[in-house]
Amino acid sequence: MPIKHPNLNLSRLTDALPAWTGDVSPDDLYDICQQVRDGGGRLVALWGSDPRLQGSGCDTLPTESADCGSRALAPPLASEGSAPPCRGRCFFLHVTLMNETGLVCLNVPLPSEHPNYPDISRIFPAANRMQRAAYDLLGIYAHDGHDHRKWLRHGAWHSGSFPLRKDFDAAASRTQDADDYPFVQVEGQGVHEIPVGPVHAGIIEPGHFRFSIIGERVLRLEERLGYVHKGIEKRFESMSLQQGAKLAGRVSGDSTVAYAWAYAMAAESVAKVTPPGRALWLRALLLERERIANHLGDLGYLGNDVALSFGFAQFWILKEQVLRNNAALFGHRYLMDKIVPGGVTVNLSLEGKSLIEQECDMLEQQVSILRGIYDEHAGVQDRFIATGRVEPALAAQLGLCGLAGRASAQAWDARVQFACAPYDKLDVQMATYRNGDVAARAIVRFDELFESLRLQRDILVNLIHEDEAPALLEKLPPNGFGIGMVEGWRGEVLVAIHTDAMGNLTRVHPHDPSWQNWPLLEHAVIDNIVPDFPLINKSFNLSYTGQDL
Amino acid sequence: MFQIIKQIIKTGIKTETPPRADESMRVDTQRLQQAILDAFGGALAIRQVDAGSCNACELEIHAVNNAYYNIEGLGIKFVASPRHADLLLVTGPVSRHMEIALKRTFDATPEPKLVVAIGDCACDGGIFGESYASCGKVANVIPVDVVVSGCPPTPTAILQGILTAISAKK
Repeated sequence: MPIKHPNLNLSRLTDALPAWTGDVSPDDLYDICQQVRDGGGRLVALWGSDPRLQGSGCDTLPTESADCGSRALAPPLASEGSAPPCRGRCFFLHVTLMNETGLVCLNVPLPSEHPNYPDISRIFPAANRMQRAAYDLLGIYAHDGHDHRKWLRHGAWHSGSFPLRKDFDAAASRTQDADDYPFVQVEGQGVHEIPVGPVHAGIIEPGHFRFSIIGERVLRLEERLGYVHKGIEKRFESMSLQQGAKLAGRVSGDSTVAYAWAYAMAAESVAKVTPPGRALWLRALLLERERIANHLGDLGYLGNDVALSFGFAQFWILKEQVLRNNAALFGHRYLMDKIVPGGVTVNLSLEGKSLIEQECDMLEQQVSILRGIYDEHAGVQDRFIATGRVEPALAAQLGLCGLAGRASAQAWDARVQFACAPYDKLDVQMATYRNGDVAARAIVRFDELFESLRLQRDILVNLIHEDEAPALLEKLPPNGFGIGMVEGWRGEVLVAIHTDAMGNLTRVHPHDPSWQNWPLLEHAVIDNIVPDFPLINKSFNLSYTGQDL
Repeated sequence: MFQIIKQIIKTGIKTETPPRADESMRVDTQRLQQAILDAFGGALAIRQVDAGSCNACELEIHAVNNAYYNIEGLGIKFVASPRHADLLLVTGPVSRHMEIALKRTFDATPEPKLVVAIGDCACDGGIFGESYASCGKVANVIPVDVVVSGCPPTPTAILQGILTAISAKK
């Protein structure tokens, strides 16, 4: 049990992960967060839900919501099939925390009249944007927060309407108001601003960056995201379990395997089933192939951004070969829709195995040569080293995670700490560095690439051939809750699923590690020159669509 | 330097023959005149706009720049501003938050101009559809000449769509 608190009653969520859930009152939330933080833990995700109109527990929508106060609450959600008494009258805030022993998802009932909770961004700074997004989408808010600016809402709906409320009226929410956003102004002699985006000067996702600079030096960068908010979470609510799997695979196309697996894991945790061993081995194979393809692509672009177009050409030849093998073996270059709740929709023949083995040999040899060239190239190293630095202390304070975190000494990798099957049999070697600069993020990619090649070989050896056909999930049990977390190439991807009294998806929250890492990019560019921004940005390579949803 | 040259020689030429234009991809046969197409000649400048995609289409657009598809070898290049562009390559369902930016990008592109919508979501809204946050297909926001379906479309299909847009009408 990862957290102990007198008012917290935890129950185990899933066998795949060491994950627990429990209800807490808003008053206890702050203390528990502080306790996790003091123990070296982190915030993984924060979202809200609106179970008011589900008809579970009460038929009408009462105005009084005494149950949502600070007194002791009903037993934990997952411990029994029926909904706790408060469900049906309150909004819920869900906060997922993580420490060395596991994950805890706290469910905080909030009175529907004034759905507020204590600001936890003072403990976990990464909570700031998540709390603001939770307000934009659901109207729940941190009552003592210091930053109440909108985050995901621009001009698509007006400030008094909340898309994720069950009584949301899309037509009535339309507004023609211009989108204005109070950027922080930097003043002083010689300071000026460069606004960039949302349409960028490359083949990149849209977002707005406001640089305050003096000469060529960046004094401050402020990000404004939310441009690709396309209503993914609302969309889930009208979908079947199978359609939801497809949508989860399109939250961020570069991490489709990670999202599809996390979604499937969440669904399996609701249904309390475990897919057959072979399906799990195949999932790991697909996840490592996704990591390999993305790392190859990024290493190519890092070369390109320091004017070594040779690097781009070489790495993208390798990436293309991996993608073509994906298409030949699994029927899709990016492996979309191959992982579904209950199992997988692919198989691997003996010839396929030997094709991957040959590919591993080829990549190992080629990437070793290219790494040697990058290492010895004075121009590359001059641009990489000490550029866009995030010190380990800052990374720990602000919660940098995933690949970028490991380049700044944040030793978290879900494949290592919470090795779900089949990673429990693979002994993943984590790559960590302390320098936190572009060079460190490139080195972590190289190391992880070689480790993924080793893992692929191990997976192929272990891929048992007795064919227990996976029983694909058709429908989920009613009033369920489950989470899944997978270490994607960028960092940990989490998906949470809530079902209603009919067993339909009532709330699905996909969480991208980019939520945690975008704010660190603002710090990484301070004191760097503007022309290094594209390089620094690329070294993080964060998702816009994954956080805009 | 020696290592780099050695590696280049060992790698050899990977570029493949580009696909032919496909008339079935053309949706707007009215807007373009032969004379305008002649004006583009053998060179084309593309401005890519992600209007709300999941980023998978972008991955494949990156891939058309790799050595296998070698789009620059065909005289086609991606440029940094719509003011330099002949053709807009637009992905995604158009999110409502990108609606104005997409219209402005279209307006900033000098005439004559072409628009190619890339991917299922750009063609018909795809899995995201139309909602409080999404305008759906690209044609709901700006005029589209050619659509390329697929989730995501392969680099060959993207290349085919671009070549269809600039090829002379048969």
